[in-house]
Amino acid sequence: MNPADFAFLAELMKSRSGLILTPDKSYLVESRLGPLARAEGLSSVDEFLGILRGRRDERLMRATSEAMLTNETFFFRDKTPFDLLKEDILPPLVKARAAGHRLRIWCAAASTGQEPYSIAMLLDQNPRLTGGLNYEIIATDLSEKCLERAKSGLYTQFEVQRGLPIQMLMGYFEKVGDSWRINEKMRNIVQFKRQNLLEEIRTLGRFDIVFCRNVLIYFDQPTKRGVLERIAMQIAEDGQLLLGAAETVIGLTDAFKPSPTRRGLYARNPEFRGRAAA
Amino acid sequence: MKSCLVVDDSRVVRKVARKILEDLKFECTEAADGAEALARCKERMPDAILLDWNMPIMTGIEFLKKLRLERNGEKPVVVFCTTENDMDHISEAIRSGANEYVMKPFDSEIIESKFQEAGLV
Ligand SMILES: C[S@@+](CC[C@H](N)C(=O)[O-])C[C@H]1O[C@@H](n2cnc3c(N)ncnc32)[C@H](O)[C@@H]1O
Repeated sequence: MNPADFAFLAELMKSRSGLILTPDKSYLVESRLGPLARAEGLSSVDEFLGILRGRRDERLMRATSEAMLTNETFFFRDKTPFDLLKEDILPPLVKARAAGHRLRIWCAAASTGQEPYSIAMLLDQNPRLTGGLNYEIIATDLSEKCLERAKSGLYTQFEVQRGLPIQMLMGYFEKVGDSWRINEKMRNIVQFKRQNLLEEIRTLGRFDIVFCRNVLIYFDQPTKRGVLERIAMQIAEDGQLLLGAAETVIGLTDAFKPSPTRRGLYARNPEFRGRAAA
Repeated sequence: MKSCLVVDDSRVVRKVARKILEDLKFECTEAADGAEALARCKERMPDAILLDWNMPIMTGIEFLKKLRLERNGEKPVVVFCTTENDMDHISEAIRSGANEYVMKPFDSEIIESKFQEAGLV
């Protein structure tokens, strides 16, 4: 690949999504942009990048930045975050909330919806966990394509067999043609919205619990810190944050404190007051 | 080491499944139909059974119902593994005592995920 094209693409990704594209990842460019190039009737990714760089067409730039993202996800991914939600996070939080409070949970990089729907099924299956409080799950992602799929609630046979116990498939899904669709009740509990984590997130409101898993890994240190601190400003003083298995706040910000006993769990630091906008 | 009985009338499927299960550290035996599987189980109950549905002589579901009436027949964790992929078949399997259900085609990731659900890995 032409180095100027690569530099252009890397800059596009960095500014639009925070993704750091290093030369060792250049193999990804071919596989991710190949389908886009073909859809545009072009014979190669090189040709596609040349045109992208020349025209800077907004539709193509957006499609490109979405296509470069990794959307890998599955139901109840890594298991422990969902156990933590059930055993460590919800019981004290629910106790601390007044009867009329509406619990708000945010999935900050929800991809095709498996993560928020896993939470929805878990809460629906264990009504005692929420102790009669109303709750809502807000699921956001940058990728329009992912959000569309997530909203449809349609999953392939392969996807419903990754991480999803058969009892849950029986209880919450119906078969539609060759696909499986999560039921309307779950689809109504989860609200999907487009949200770039690099941008202002204040309009999302305040949350009790935030899942932000397997997205910080793609960012550089200043971007990670920025995202974490923006999230901190939207979390209740006693709120909790869950990160992916390879992610941490340590060395990045004091907006959260790692749980001394539970890996992947971070408490909002009530002393953190935010940083003056730089 | 846990033991797993792989029941399928296709030798190719048995071979593929066996390879995946051996990678998950299961000691595997094979049977080509329900009757043969039942005979294996009477000799020695395995920890797990990966079970096809449609087979000659005795189907998977007939085998499962008989197995659960055997002495110690409640012990093995049974994971169906079949091309039947509608809710009616799934419900019947679970009602008849299956613990998990895999819809073919499968790969190592699905088998591992389902064996995890069933508490085997
Ligand atoms: C690997 S998936 C993680 C999905 C899920 N949280 C999980 O752990 O299984 C990462 C998601 O982050 C999204 N993403 C990447 N950069 C983003 C940004 N700047 N703002 C919002 N979402 C972003 C991608 O579109 C992708 O769907």
